[in-house]
Amino acid sequence: MSKKRKLGRGVAIVGAGMSKFGMFKDRDSKDVFVEAYKEMMASIDKGFDPNDIDALYLGNFTNDFFMHQAHWGPIVTDLIGITPKPATRTEGACASSALAFREGVFAIASGFYDLVLVGGLEEMSKRTTEEVAEGLALASVPYEMKVGFTFPGVFGTLATAYFDKYGASREDLMNVTIKSHNNAPLNPKAQFPVTIRDLMESRKAKMEQKGMPAPEWQDEKDFLRDPAMNPAVAWPMHLFDCCPISDGAACMLLASEDIAKNFTDTPISIIGIGQGSGRGLHAAAELTSFEATKNAAEEAYGMSGLTPEDIQFAEVHDCFSMAELIHIEDLGFFKAGEGYKAVGEGLTRLDGPKPINTSGGLKCKGHPVGATGIAQLYEIWTQLRGQAGKRQVPIKDLRIGGAHNLGGTGGTCTFTILERR
Amino acid sequence: MIDKPLSDVSYEQFLREDKLMGSRCKKCGDVFTPPRPICPKCTDSELEWVQMKGTGKLAAFTCISIGPGFMNAEGFSRKNPYCVGVVELDEGTRVDARIEGVDTLNPETIKVGTPMTVKFLHRGEGIDQKVFLAFEPV
Repeated sequence: MSKKRKLGRGVAIVGAGMSKFGMFKDRDSKDVFVEAYKEMMASIDKGFDPNDIDALYLGNFTNDFFMHQAHWGPIVTDLIGITPKPATRTEGACASSALAFREGVFAIASGFYDLVLVGGLEEMSKRTTEEVAEGLALASVPYEMKVGFTFPGVFGTLATAYFDKYGASREDLMNVTIKSHNNAPLNPKAQFPVTIRDLMESRKAKMEQKGMPAPEWQDEKDFLRDPAMNPAVAWPMHLFDCCPISDGAACMLLASEDIAKNFTDTPISIIGIGQGSGRGLHAAAELTSFEATKNAAEEAYGMSGLTPEDIQFAEVHDCFSMAELIHIEDLGFFKAGEGYKAVGEGLTRLDGPKPINTSGGLKCKGHPVGATGIAQLYEIWTQLRGQAGKRQVPIKDLRIGGAHNLGGTGGTCTFTILERR
Repeated sequence: MIDKPLSDVSYEQFLREDKLMGSRCKKCGDVFTPPRPICPKCTDSELEWVQMKGTGKLAAFTCISIGPGFMNAEGFSRKNPYCVGVVELDEGTRVDARIEGVDTLNPETIKVGTPMTVKFLHRGEGIDQKVFLAFEPV
């Protein structure tokens, strides 16, 4: 049994903002951070003075590689006019900003600070696909990349282990993709706000226009089975199993719970926070699970006193369709080997009993790696405050949501549980 | 007694000599590939080199269509994908390796659990010389 952890004092989110995610030719990291920051300012309904921010924790994975610019903490404090307030950058691959969030929470919980800005940013679209792949591969385990693994390859490998152990197939992965794409058009910030069905119909129309023979797709799965539409990247991972290359930023203002209502009538409390570390494929405890996620979940559930059944909806790190199946099992939402059946039965749809990735997930919302952790928490914040518009989870009395972030090949995972009190 | 540090550098030097090496904890007897200098099970740091038999079975795999530059340079492409995977050795440990001798254009034919035997792929010359750990079906 792990130690039951608790915060020294309560911490709440009192404001949050997120830029649109996408590939922005004419905008850089600073521009997208400002977009997120301005939205965060506007979300603090009772207002606040930026000079009251005690410190910044900023997640960024590898703008050093993508943009030849490191050391983003002080760039951001200067950008928003709070120099010389302390600025600290956190790096945990694709979980970088979940770590920034944690550091902010702990800094307040310890009593050292009262008001902390946490954020994340990444700028990936100025590089070629090959360069982005190389940059992301920096977060892998050395033995993997040396023999030619890629990130899609790692998750493809996990998929074959999962298929063999539980009898799932590519068809089951397609259900994850179709579900995420159904949520995405409801999210105005998503990079790919289109359903697979609409995409299929528009391709059909285009082919007809060009006088090409009409394709024989009857449904979304026919479209996804067509190698011309959905080519293999790292079998069994195909194009539509993979998240895109994205630019984006997200940020949140954290406050000690006793002053939270000075900023907003609807603060969102952090009631569970967990993290874990993992090993590469060669040393992982299992090839169908991430031990880092399990540790993070155990810490977060232990602290909150909740069970997986209590989490009404969640964002999980679906960098690849296969990843989503592993996470919903590791987090205890479904039994090991049953995640794919649950998705197939529609249980994780927006209108299902356990909505997963209502934002469209990394797959459709986009995945600017260093911004993702806080962007996931932003979705939970938005839903808990009833501000998610067309994608608002239709569960009555929505109070509790969770966000799961993963870095590398499962080397760093976090799970955070938020509550509207 | 092999007088080499239990390191990744030594591991690669052994691969160049066509040897797949691991380390064994002198205290708890557990074996690791690649070699570890500290036993993660009992946290003891007294470990010794041990040579692996080089046989096992395919635990998981992928066929990669879009790979890094050094694989493309060997002629791999969307039309000619390569296979990499995880092999569970008879000694019970796992390694990441290239998988040879399988039909990468028909990955459905590749089966988890297939018995495998080690192969060392020597590539390049001079300072560009390197070796890949690989396995192929028995």
